[in-house]
Amino acid sequence: MRMSYREAIRQAMHEALTADPRVFLMGEDVGKYGGTYACSKGFLEEFGPERIRDTPLSELGFVGAGIGAALGGLRPIVEVMTVNFSLLALDQIVNTAAALRHMSGGQFSVPLVVRMSTGAGRQLAAQHSHSLEGWYAHIPGIKVLAPATIADARGMLAPALADPDPVVIFEHAQLYNLEGELGENVQCDIASAAVRREGAAVTLITYGGSLPKTLAAADELAGAGIDAEVVDLRVLRPLDTATLFASVKKTRRAVVVDEGWKSGSLAAEVMARIAEEAFFELDAPLKRVCSEEVPIPYARHMEEAALPQAPKIVAAVRELLGK
Amino acid sequence: MSVPPMIQPPPAGPVPWDKTFAKKLLADMLRIRRMEEKCAELYGEQKIRGFLHLYIGEEACAVGALHALAPDDNIVATYREHGHALVRGVSMNAIMAEMFGKAAGCSRGRGGSMHLFDAATRFYGGNAIVGGGLPLAVGLALADKLQGRQAVTACFFGEGAMAEGAFHEAMNLAALWHLPVLFCCENNLYAMGTALARSEAQTDLCAKASSYSVPTMKADGMDVVAVHEAARIAAQHVREGLGPFFLELQTFRFRAHSMFDPELYRDKAEVEAWKTRGPLHTFSARLKAEGKLTEEEFLALDAKANAEVQAAVDFAEAAPWEPIEDLLNDVHTPRAAS
Repeated sequence: MRMSYREAIRQAMHEALTADPRVFLMGEDVGKYGGTYACSKGFLEEFGPERIRDTPLSELGFVGAGIGAALGGLRPIVEVMTVNFSLLALDQIVNTAAALRHMSGGQFSVPLVVRMSTGAGRQLAAQHSHSLEGWYAHIPGIKVLAPATIADARGMLAPALADPDPVVIFEHAQLYNLEGELGENVQCDIASAAVRREGAAVTLITYGGSLPKTLAAADELAGAGIDAEVVDLRVLRPLDTATLFASVKKTRRAVVVDEGWKSGSLAAEVMARIAEEAFFELDAPLKRVCSEEVPIPYARHMEEAALPQAPKIVAAVRELLGK
Repeated sequence: MSVPPMIQPPPAGPVPWDKTFAKKLLADMLRIRRMEEKCAELYGEQKIRGFLHLYIGEEACAVGALHALAPDDNIVATYREHGHALVRGVSMNAIMAEMFGKAAGCSRGRGGSMHLFDAATRFYGGNAIVGGGLPLAVGLALADKLQGRQAVTACFFGEGAMAEGAFHEAMNLAALWHLPVLFCCENNLYAMGTALARSEAQTDLCAKASSYSVPTMKADGMDVVAVHEAARIAAQHVREGLGPFFLELQTFRFRAHSMFDPELYRDKAEVEAWKTRGPLHTFSARLKAEGKLTEEEFLALDAKANAEVQAAVDFAEAAPWEPIEDLLNDVHTPRAAS
């Protein structure tokens, strides 16, 4: 069935709300407005205001309330409008949700799902264009997911809700209108990376909103006779390094594509893992394509120049291969 | 919008409790006091490390308030929570072992003094981020409301937390959603070293809380009778489904903020003046004057508290260290292989 990423997210939430009375959705404008990205359109009428809970602009308060509700036996889906606003809730996510199980000696698990949009590309300037997935992926105690396909948008929520610990899901804002085919089986895991395109010459490692750009780059490279493999991380914490190492062992070269800034990025972590554990599989130095080290600018040409783009990925691969 | 009521605490008078109950609360205050005096000593011996925030002087707050709550209620506390954990029913052995960092501790030695937790008594912990527990309490109360449980979530915090955004967000959410939260502010006048008047434009804490249309009450936090009677009224309000309630307990800590605090920010005279109102000696004197307690009974309670403390120290000393191989335990919940 053909559907949009947005519709896939909506169906996943609809299924969860229908299947389990403990599940409820809470966040800014999830109810009357229908969701900032229209992912919960019609839910308020169908499930009522107790389970489709509009919140005030209190990210710290309602994310913390989500943690408490999870402790109290519910299965909250907390929607934070954007990763930019999630900084206001960072204390509750890092100091409480991620740490509670450990600092209580294993007594209190926090089965919380936090969903948020992320990423740049719509001329929203410096305060609405962050890609901070790497920050969250730094924190022990939470799992971090980045659905980049229709299937993952549809499939990742159920295992995230079934997980007894906090899961943060990043939905790249540029993906909501993406369309694709969804198969009959909507189940998926939240543990493994996925090879999205097989190839032999180089491994392109990416996630989230950079996947379509990376696949476009791989197409262009194929036209030039360069056969690139594309690995989608899917799960940013914990990293499925086995899949990465297997691909690198095959292609002997890797380029990481990450919309985060280069310094201290998730790309840096992926490269370090490969360098630590698969160094002798490599025939060439590792490379990466990240965002430029600048707050994301408003002007369209400047924003485009700041972000990873297919031509930059193609250029990086050609440089690596000397072709 | 009308200003929500400032509910008057019950009038002072004879202790309105039978002898058994009065002695129980006195005994609990003694248990906290003797346990913490020993903790300070053990800190000097480096048996207890990290931060140690003593509750000495404030015992009437936890004892009076927690005895107004039921076993099904939830408790959320702060990093100054030894007394709350103890009165709630966490064993002194488990608390002491936690302070020692032993796996026999109530948080398996992973939390320490600031992170006492106990699922069995619905004690949702010490929280070392000022104000961090307030949103959590809102969520626990939301879960109870949505699941039809008739419980109260009591959230303890200091007046310092009322300058945090978390306080305002939590008060608004609890009031907006009509949630069963009892907000217990232990106002000890100093946020670490910063006096209330030096950090808050509005020093009337009940006025701040009532701006969220939440009913409020002030009580003398040095008087266990006043605290308990106020907390009973407050808890009853919440339990009846009338929404959240804000209770200010006016108290004072006799010791430094933590073991690192040289106390440069307040006069010795101020501390000494508050000590004349100490909750232990004033309450025991009152009970004696009313013929509800003899000196022998007081000494027996004190000896019992000291014996419990010694047993707890022995237990903590004897408890084994968790093996280093267990380091990564309890980051995630173990799941059965599928």
